[in-house]
Amino acid sequence: MKYNVVVFKLFIHLAALLPLINAYYLALTDQLGADPVESIIHFTGIGAFNLLLLSLAITPISKRFKISILLKVRRLVGLYSFTYAFCHLLNFLVFEVQFDWSLFLNEIIDRPYITIGMVGLLTMLALAITSISLLKKRMGKNWQKLHNWVYLAVLLVGIHFYWSVKSEIIEPSIYLFITLMLLAFRFKKFKKRIKKD
Amino acid sequence: MLIKSPKQSDLKEHQITDESVYLQRRDLIKKMGFVGAGTLISSAIPSVANANGLDFFSSKPEKTFQRYALNFTPDSTKNSEILTPEAKVTSHNNFYEFGTSKSDPVKNAQSFNVKPWKLKISGECDNPYTLDLDDLTKSFALEERIYRLRCVEAWSMVIPWVGFELAQLLKKAQPNSRAKYVAFETLHDPEQMPGQASRRLGGGIDYPYVEGLRIDEAMNPLALMSVGLYGKTLPAQNGAPIRLVVPWKYGFKSIKSIVAIKFTEKRPASTWNILAPNEYGFYANVNPEVDHPRWSQASERRITSGGLFARNRIDTLPFNGYGEEVAEMYSNLNLRKNF
Repeated sequence: MKYNVVVFKLFIHLAALLPLINAYYLALTDQLGADPVESIIHFTGIGAFNLLLLSLAITPISKRFKISILLKVRRLVGLYSFTYAFCHLLNFLVFEVQFDWSLFLNEIIDRPYITIGMVGLLTMLALAITSISLLKKRMGKNWQKLHNWVYLAVLLVGIHFYWSVKSEIIEPSIYLFITLMLLAFRFKKFKKRIKKD
Repeated sequence: MLIKSPKQSDLKEHQITDESVYLQRRDLIKKMGFVGAGTLISSAIPSVANANGLDFFSSKPEKTFQRYALNFTPDSTKNSEILTPEAKVTSHNNFYEFGTSKSDPVKNAQSFNVKPWKLKISGECDNPYTLDLDDLTKSFALEERIYRLRCVEAWSMVIPWVGFELAQLLKKAQPNSRAKYVAFETLHDPEQMPGQASRRLGGGIDYPYVEGLRIDEAMNPLALMSVGLYGKTLPAQNGAPIRLVVPWKYGFKSIKSIVAIKFTEKRPASTWNILAPNEYGFYANVNPEVDHPRWSQASERRITSGGLFARNRIDTLPFNGYGEEVAEMYSNLNLRKNF
């Protein structure tokens, strides 16, 4: 069992890291489309969203099909989603606005789709930091409370994507639909929570 | 009459990106198909600027859209800016008729058939007429114009177009006194243009794509009907066989693959304005003072060559730097309101 988990984790490391390294290599050498900046921003953005949805799909799938090994890699998938999202932000700062800090801050404040994307990313940052086992133990019940914020984060990411496009809303609509599906699996949990509060 | 000055244009040829760079894209895709991505990493091909290395699944185009060399007078605009490499000009296109991603048109437009082509000039004029494919490159003396192209998405290119002044084409039709505007229309052919056949591929736009100019804008000597770029006829993805180039306006005004030009009394509709009137105005003059609701227009990224670390953000100029030639036309217009 333990051996399987290690192999599975290694697979996830490779599956998440190799495409990322490959994309950066191509972008740095001007082989990632005519505008490597746009390409790398889109690649890391959609990659972060895919991984976030994957991490949220793990619980319902492992429950339904009783595959407990999946739960052991949930944190890792979530952390890679954050890694991609963080790269997405760095790309914007370093390659898109090119360290024009006033433009960077103005865009975050003035553009609703960037504002909510930023809120989503900060939420994920809090989850990433508190994913350390030691902190998880120390936080006790509060840990789960905090990590329920992932449901808000994924909604914000979905709206961020939807608002960012010019007219081609079909792809972001599909993403939003999948997001709502995954949230629907937690419907009971939400109901309980509301009753409790 | 065709005016040819081979000496100068020969010199120009040395500056420009060779077609082989463009063709290497196909080699790259072949390599990925047969040997896999690993080989790609070990054999860096820096000159393949236009191939998106992540397109693992895109098959190579069955054929390449044929382009022919043109005779033209070399550029006289004395634009000394670095040209955007031909490979990038021809692989980074907003042409939703062939897909919404900027790398789609180069993939989906290669089998585009422009024969026969009819460009109809009609409406409020005394001499309506029609040009066919050969007429497009033969009716008017061709000249090269190196223009900045500023996309509304805040990126820009510098492109050596080949074409003739729109005014020449319009004057030939003898517009009458009711001709206040000029309306343009792109080909509507869903069988050839997958974006027109599917709402998913076409980005939810109602086709055909339409655009318009005020008659004085259309008559401005900068407004160009382009039939080529980098010395050859236009690639399909850049709007073959004939397109508009209005360098002081955002790129979406420069309508591609035009089949109809009409003089009108009332202001014609324009596609992006219909789609999102709060984001895209009729005038769409490049203006660093008026932001797009979702991003700043104060600066832009100039696409030339270089990877991620190309420091290419530059200030955007009013009227894309063509104020001297065009600002006067708008002296009575509130440009913030009429964005």
